[in-house]
Amino acid sequence: MKLPVNLLIGAVLVALVLGAAALSLLWTPHDFTQLNVRNKFAAPDATYWLGTDQLGRDLVSQLTAGARNSMAVALAAVLLGGSIGTALGLLAAAIGGWVEDLVMRIADIGFAFPALLFAIMLAAVFGPSLTNAVLAIAFINIPVFARVARAAANQVWTREYVAAARAAGLNRFAISKDHILPNIAAPVIVQATIEFAVAILAEAALSYLGLGAQPPSPTWGRMLSEAQTLMYQAPQLAVYPGLCIVAAVMGFGLLGDGLRDVTDPRLVRER
Amino acid sequence: MILEVRNVTRRYRLPRQALLSAPPVLVAVDNASLTLERGETLGIVGESGSGKSTLARMVMAFERPDEGNIRFDGHDLNALSTGDLRRLRPKFQMIFQDPYGSLDPRRTVGWSIAEPLRVMASTDITRRVDEALAQVGLRQQDAAKYPHEFSGGQRQRIAIARAIVTRPALLVADEAVSALDVSVQAQILNLLMDLQDELGLAMLFISHDLAVVASICDQLMVMQHGRTLESGPAQQVLAAPSHPYTKSLLTAAGA
Repeated sequence: MKLPVNLLIGAVLVALVLGAAALSLLWTPHDFTQLNVRNKFAAPDATYWLGTDQLGRDLVSQLTAGARNSMAVALAAVLLGGSIGTALGLLAAAIGGWVEDLVMRIADIGFAFPALLFAIMLAAVFGPSLTNAVLAIAFINIPVFARVARAAANQVWTREYVAAARAAGLNRFAISKDHILPNIAAPVIVQATIEFAVAILAEAALSYLGLGAQPPSPTWGRMLSEAQTLMYQAPQLAVYPGLCIVAAVMGFGLLGDGLRDVTDPRLVRER
Repeated sequence: MILEVRNVTRRYRLPRQALLSAPPVLVAVDNASLTLERGETLGIVGESGSGKSTLARMVMAFERPDEGNIRFDGHDLNALSTGDLRRLRPKFQMIFQDPYGSLDPRRTVGWSIAEPLRVMASTDITRRVDEALAQVGLRQQDAAKYPHEFSGGQRQRIAIARAIVTRPALLVADEAVSALDVSVQAQILNLLMDLQDELGLAMLFISHDLAVVASICDQLMVMQHGRTLESGPAQQVLAAPSHPYTKSLLTAAGA
């Protein structure tokens, strides 16, 4: 089978970002917190591959460490929101009736609630932190996964092997665990990949506004916000984290799209 | 008497047509009755939409009748508690129409066959799965394979193995051979009849194909639009059909 182009490009971008993030755990060219004011705004050279920022910190080291933070936040948020949402979707499909209606209407309300507003609320109550950014992004993921899981689960519930499981005496929860979940894994994983891209963007936006990671922990969003005041002096400080965000968001978005095309041929759009 | 269905009616509410009118009601099964003795086969014939599958789903206690009652081995299925019904389920099993849809594609064949045994907390699962595979003419090694590795006929054998592994007293077969090639149909029908002799199974055999039903049934019931048109010993219904619809079915079957 020929792999779709979006899957390949997405996989390459994701591999680059994940590789950089993983590498930064073990090694960065320089200590990304190391200040060196005498060497600020250094031009790219053999020592500082992309130069240094207004405090003389190495840009490459900050960008890779930022990748690590973005990935960690996105992973935690998607895992948390994804599992709660998927569980709710499974529950709604398993019980049906008014429970299903209730869960889906609550999901609609969650959908209508802006993530940024929720994050600002959390920050106002508990103070801005990476943990609160994770919670806010996880929260907006819950209704997304609840919808995807419920729609896929309702389809699986009509299958004859589910009727056979009922005839065998399994209850709804055992059927959800043994048959529904394994058979909705593909669409849920596809959604998770796409939501990963959304989460990276959300994290960058929250950090940019100062609602995410706090100094000195580097994230792409914070680098952008710090570079903003220096736009005319040193535009490269904003360009590189911006490019990183674009690469990561596009990478996961394309990977998710490609995975969907591969796993569900019915959804392949006309080109 | 293993199964007694008495005056069972099932209605479905259809989607509302206009805001202020009451939603139309479809009577899927209208006042149906039947009795089935141990070891006997009752055939239910009818076109799609005749209510035969709804009747089967009610016999399997997948849904409740609006009126009437269904007794299996003396128990009123709709009066049992959830737990009691679950404990009784191994005694009545079902095989389905679509051999591609009745097995979970993500589970091995052995896992699927063992499913009802795990619910029963059976202690000798492996031995009983092997025995069931042998009874339907499959090999022990097949238990480790996935459904997509088998043909339609073989899958139907697997579905039958899952249905008989609990040693049921009643087997409900809903269009169990309709999706199969004619030659494979004959093999599966023969297998079902052999198993019936071997295990003393009562069978409720549902089909739109009178020729298939005529070949294996003791009793016959003809349904159309939810109503029972006629019922009785298969020989009698086939030899002297009293309803014109049965006659047209007979002609269609080439008898």
